[in-house]
Amino acid sequence: MSVPEDLLRDLAPQVLGALLRRYDDFAAAEDAVQDALLAAAEQWPRDGLPDYPRGWLIQVASRRMLDHLRSEQARRRREDAHATEPPPPDVPDQDDTLALLFMCCHPALKPPAAIALTLRAVGGLTTAEIANAFLIPEATMGQRISRAKLKIKESGVPFGQTGDLATVLHVLYLMFNEGYASSVGPDLQRRDLAAEAIRLTRAVHALRPDESEVAGLLALMLLTDARRDARTTADGTLVPLTEQDRTRWDHEEIAEGVALITATLPVGPLGPYQVQAAINAVHDEAKTADDTDWPQLLALYGVLRGMSDNPMVALNHAVAFAMVHGPAAALDLLTTLAADRRVAGHHRLHAVRAHLLEMAGDNAAAAEEYRTAARRTTNLPEQHYLTIRAAKATAAVSEV
Amino acid sequence: MKYMLLMQASERIEQPPIHTWDPADVKAHLQFMHDFNAKLVADGEFVDAQGLAGPEEAKVVRSTASGTPAVTDGPFPESKEFLAGFWVIDVESLDRAIEVAAAASAAPGPGGVPVRIPIEVRQIMSAPNSEA
Repeated sequence: MSVPEDLLRDLAPQVLGALLRRYDDFAAAEDAVQDALLAAAEQWPRDGLPDYPRGWLIQVASRRMLDHLRSEQARRRREDAHATEPPPPDVPDQDDTLALLFMCCHPALKPPAAIALTLRAVGGLTTAEIANAFLIPEATMGQRISRAKLKIKESGVPFGQTGDLATVLHVLYLMFNEGYASSVGPDLQRRDLAAEAIRLTRAVHALRPDESEVAGLLALMLLTDARRDARTTADGTLVPLTEQDRTRWDHEEIAEGVALITATLPVGPLGPYQVQAAINAVHDEAKTADDTDWPQLLALYGVLRGMSDNPMVALNHAVAFAMVHGPAAALDLLTTLAADRRVAGHHRLHAVRAHLLEMAGDNAAAAEEYRTAARRTTNLPEQHYLTIRAAKATAAVSEV
Repeated sequence: MKYMLLMQASERIEQPPIHTWDPADVKAHLQFMHDFNAKLVADGEFVDAQGLAGPEEAKVVRSTASGTPAVTDGPFPESKEFLAGFWVIDVESLDRAIEVAAAASAAPGPGGVPVRIPIEVRQIMSAPNSEA
């Protein structure tokens, strides 16, 4: 028989929550749940789905937890006081997903650690699966997760306390990017990270439907993820948005994302995730690249710039500006931007300048900027793309 | 971010080759490397580490117009330096990669004096963090 897909992973945070309400030891409880999930993955396909999968997992995890406490107590040569207690009662009407996210996305953790821990404790992935996703050995990932758990233990925050929703959203956003940005060619394992980030953000949205930035982030992910199949060629070369085959976009995802952001924007309060979702909605709704509503995008980038002092946003704003007002004025904007130390010498600045120079017809200067951008990027598909653009611009010079 | 740390050995280096060291010094050196790698694993930063066979075993291969590749004993004769080994680490910043490289460079040589072998730090190409 088959175990319904995602069942174990949907149950993982609930089982962990049940244990944590009983035992105040996050690290040990998380290990116990992981053991129970592995046992279920092995036994359920063979013996059949138990009548109460959630209760089954709680039972098994509790037993592991008691074993752990027993050995701990034996180690400390103490009397065995708790080990004979019955497993905790099954309390199914409480969703602990959010409480666990607050714990795993603790501000004391660096994002990579928070992402790894979230994937395991809330996402129900095994350490091996997470290690695969990050292309590092399992032992290294195991250590990273252990250290993260230790940090949480040291921080002394009890389970169930409200945490910082903005940090949770930031971690989910980074998890999505980690998967989406590297979903090149056949590299499906990493794309699972994007799917997992969407699944978790969906769960948060279901629990906090009134939080406009949660809805905004979910919409942003959907509207971005919708383009994933069109954003690279079979050999892994990046395809810029304007050149993508729009029939390969996921129109169901687009419809869902557009509906979500359309319903959210008028309610507010407005935040950067919502604005970015709106920007992506404008792109996704254009039937062809030429149909893109650039004045609308320019206005949205203006709003986004007002919200965050991020030079990368300013670069995107300059591109929209060029599409509305022409490349010459936009190049002036870049000159001002280049004085910003955070972006001076950054490959994105050179890539955007190259693009604007190309628009202005200065292929020789564009080729030089593309070459500089290609040398400075640390991303391989992007480097390939920029190198091809440099070669095209160079060829255009000799054609004239 | 992943970095490759390249251990650049040089013929001009002041140290005598490791097979001429006192056995106790060789042991101390190997133990250092073992502990160094174990710590990288414990810190959640280890990806890979390999030592390479000596340059006298190396070949340089080049395709030719005739279809038969040209194979010469390597490394390139003009190079005074050769790659002795490498680490791949996954760390949060360039600063941290430099810190790890500095620690590796302090591996003990003859008489426990650090070898101070130069370590080249190169970022490994990764995924972009933004689109278009």
